[in-house]
Amino acid sequence: MKPTEMKPTDTTKPEYFHKVVDCQWACPAHTDVPLYIRLIAQGRFSDAYMENRESNVFPGILGRVCDRPCEPACRRGRVEDKPVAICRLKRVAADHRDDITDRLPKAPARSNGKKVALIGAGCASLTVANDLRPLGYEVTIFEALDTTGGLMRTNIPKFRLPPEVLDEEIGYILDMGVALRLNHRIDSMRALLDGGEFDAVFVGTGAPRGKNLEIPGRYDSDRIHIGIDWLESVAFEHVGTIGERVLIIGVGNTAMDCCRTSLRLGARDVKVMARKPRGYFKASDWELEDAEEENVEIIVNHSPKAFVIEDGKLVGMRFELMEYRVDDRGRIDRGTVTGETTIPCDDVILAIGQDNAFPWIERDIGIEFDEWECPVVDETTMMCSREGVFFGGDSAFGPKNIIWAVAHGHEAAISIHRYCQAEDIADRLPVGINLSSQKMGMHEWSYSNDYDPAARRLMPHVDLRERFKKLDIEVELGFTVEQTIQEVERCLNCDIQTVFAAKLCIECDACIDICPVNCLTITHNGDEQDLRTRLSAPAENLEQALYVSADLPHTGRVMVKDEDLCVHCGLCAERCPTGAWDMQKSTVLIPYATDEAAESRRHRKAGTSAA
Amino acid sequence: MSYIAKPKVSHPSLPRNKLGLTARDYEGAVSTLCAGCGHDSVTAAVIQAVFELNIEPHKLAKMSGIGCSSKTPAYFVNQAHGFNSVHGRMPSVTTGAYVANRELTYIGVSGDGDSLSIGVGQFVHAIRRNLNMCYIIENNGVYGLTKGQFSASADIGSKPKKGLPNQQEPIDPVSTAISLGATYVARSFSGDKQQLVPLIKGALRHDGFALVDVISPCVTFNDHEGSTKSYAHTRQFYHHVVDVDYIPPAEEIRADYEEGEAVPVDLYDGSVIMLRKVNEYYDPTSRAAAFKYLREHFNAGEITTGLLYIDEARGEMHDLMGNVDTPLAELPLDSLKPPSGELKRILKRYQ
Repeated sequence: MKPTEMKPTDTTKPEYFHKVVDCQWACPAHTDVPLYIRLIAQGRFSDAYMENRESNVFPGILGRVCDRPCEPACRRGRVEDKPVAICRLKRVAADHRDDITDRLPKAPARSNGKKVALIGAGCASLTVANDLRPLGYEVTIFEALDTTGGLMRTNIPKFRLPPEVLDEEIGYILDMGVALRLNHRIDSMRALLDGGEFDAVFVGTGAPRGKNLEIPGRYDSDRIHIGIDWLESVAFEHVGTIGERVLIIGVGNTAMDCCRTSLRLGARDVKVMARKPRGYFKASDWELEDAEEENVEIIVNHSPKAFVIEDGKLVGMRFELMEYRVDDRGRIDRGTVTGETTIPCDDVILAIGQDNAFPWIERDIGIEFDEWECPVVDETTMMCSREGVFFGGDSAFGPKNIIWAVAHGHEAAISIHRYCQAEDIADRLPVGINLSSQKMGMHEWSYSNDYDPAARRLMPHVDLRERFKKLDIEVELGFTVEQTIQEVERCLNCDIQTVFAAKLCIECDACIDICPVNCLTITHNGDEQDLRTRLSAPAENLEQALYVSADLPHTGRVMVKDEDLCVHCGLCAERCPTGAWDMQKSTVLIPYATDEAAESRRHRKAGTSAA
Repeated sequence: MSYIAKPKVSHPSLPRNKLGLTARDYEGAVSTLCAGCGHDSVTAAVIQAVFELNIEPHKLAKMSGIGCSSKTPAYFVNQAHGFNSVHGRMPSVTTGAYVANRELTYIGVSGDGDSLSIGVGQFVHAIRRNLNMCYIIENNGVYGLTKGQFSASADIGSKPKKGLPNQQEPIDPVSTAISLGATYVARSFSGDKQQLVPLIKGALRHDGFALVDVISPCVTFNDHEGSTKSYAHTRQFYHHVVDVDYIPPAEEIRADYEEGEAVPVDLYDGSVIMLRKVNEYYDPTSRAAAFKYLREHFNAGEITTGLLYIDEARGEMHDLMGNVDTPLAELPLDSLKPPSGELKRILKRYQ
């Protein structure tokens, strides 16, 4: 082998096949998407729900409002243009599940003697509680408000996420015996730590401070609102009306919630003001679509300059008109001002981002903060510079989303467990992978391997007039049975891996000839850059791996598979006369706190050290 | 046999030919041959060749007889004309079709049984007529459909899966065709599409009888140790003497050829075949030299491949018969039928 030639792909490392499952790899919590979609296809909604719950804890909530990092990653989106409606299918599992309460984890009768404080009752803290209660930890959640859920309840409008869904899934966790102290704001971290009541402390307080816009006129009217605070006031029914003409500043997902909420509080003319052109918005495409469906106008290239106040009353806002240049790599410049305009309005809502805020953490108690006033937190262990204090969710690394908070919660729970058991928190169980053949017969596979050309199903919505009658009418109706049946078949089963055994190959080309998407090639080896140009179809997506075999026995050439567009139809394996190709299901084994605990017990029994 | 058809989904950057079609548009039904059959690779090579030649599907006629090989026309170019004839009679049926319509491109797919046993008489006379067709023999040395008995192309000493080695002299279709005066004679291997695709393209564009003998292993009955038509054996004893590059009409010759390395041969339609000699002493335009070389290397157990003989000077069947350019099928009835006066005159000659 020449030094520049590609080495045979090492598939014993779990990362290789894990990465082929694009959705699962992109999900911060690594939800086994193809598996739960198959369970839905089989009508096993409760099993699909439980599969989800293991990794993402809140399937009903996330099935409505997840940021869906899985969908842009979905292979189907590259093979055609639209990904599988993964998020909608998650909701199907939640909507159609039976009573699963007896399948939920349960707390043991006896405490293990360790106490953990969780600050904030949002998704990060709740995940930690979910993982630690079954191990016998005594868990106390401190919450400043008089209700649970954090931003999920205060910032996501009820027409997107009904309170019953929140209550039910949060209830599953609290019902394990979590001590909940509502209306209990922690004002001093020092006092909490000095109190010595808790063996570990977890901070899940989110990023509760909405960014301000310090431009002339900002403090001359009470009709200028901070988006997340305003949404919270609406959620708690402190605010019930808004003016006819509303401007929303910013085009993130909070802006989308603000504009749609305004319409339900009586606004007639809602404009979302964007500094940049389309394609550079922070809001997810589907949230933009939903807002535009409700006739929200999105105005691009307007940069806020001043609030226009007349006789102490907000009458409009001045904007600079912007022009941008985009380079050939799609990067946009800072823009140039080409003019000015005033847009009349009655209210302005600022939705331009959020910051972390820790006025209650003293700066001299060993918790380090960086230049942006964010705590310094280890990305694997979630522990800060003070031992025994952990962070997760938006409070750890700034605003992200619910699914990231859940992922942080799982990791923090592992760390808290190991910390409380005096084990090295860095020495965690590794991610593993299992592979098992899915061959059931000559031409029979255990999964639905045919490619279904159906297009992505569209979510049915409540009628446009009907939905504005009340603030809490959930707009999305959920997939119908027919839609579900079609959508599940769009999944390409990327977890059913194409596994190749070079020593069995007789180089008959059968797999190459049958592959519908030209992903296989037998050729002489070379360096990756060169090899990518010499395949049946050029492998231009550099983010997708080449699966390179060992030298083939007859000619010394190699089998190369470009993972990019494989539809996992299994025809390569079906047409292989020697079984060199096989379709094997990969199961990524993500360790949770319970696995760590089982491992600790095993070591204790064997009399060895877990660390 | 596969229970699902090859999905219609395709690679988004699939190239399109001058007709706006992709190679996928030239596919046929899903193969029901054994998984790993060489014939499926030949099918893929045919698809690639007709795609690259921009052949309109309805201007192609797929002809075959009986056997595993003769099933393959079902697996390419669904929209083409096709005729699945009696065992070994494909050359006669093709002759009839070609007499009627000389404007179609004819591709016949046959096997070693269909062409060298039951149909050997048909095969040799199609060569004599210089029938204008691409005649592919998918040659695996056994009768696969009847469970692996030796065919007429089995080599002496080749071992069957069960029973005794073959002792009868094989018929080599390539030297047979050269001796009979075929005008385009090639051999290749199903496992070498780089060589096979340009050979098929040349054969489809050659004006006259073009034989492509393809070693196409029978993965079920003749791919074991001791077989001389297995994948492993073919790879071991396989050598290229003349490779070809097919250059379509009015296209520049872009590749750089070393001085003396490549010899251009002009085809009647303006396209060019560049002969790239791997063995510099081999002369594919000399019938006698080619025949001698082939026999010597055949006796030494070597599998000589490439475009082994070409003669563009000899006219094809219609030229030899002096027929009109218009397809007979398109001639008006009164010009095909002699007027009554003429008919009487002809009959008088025999009185």
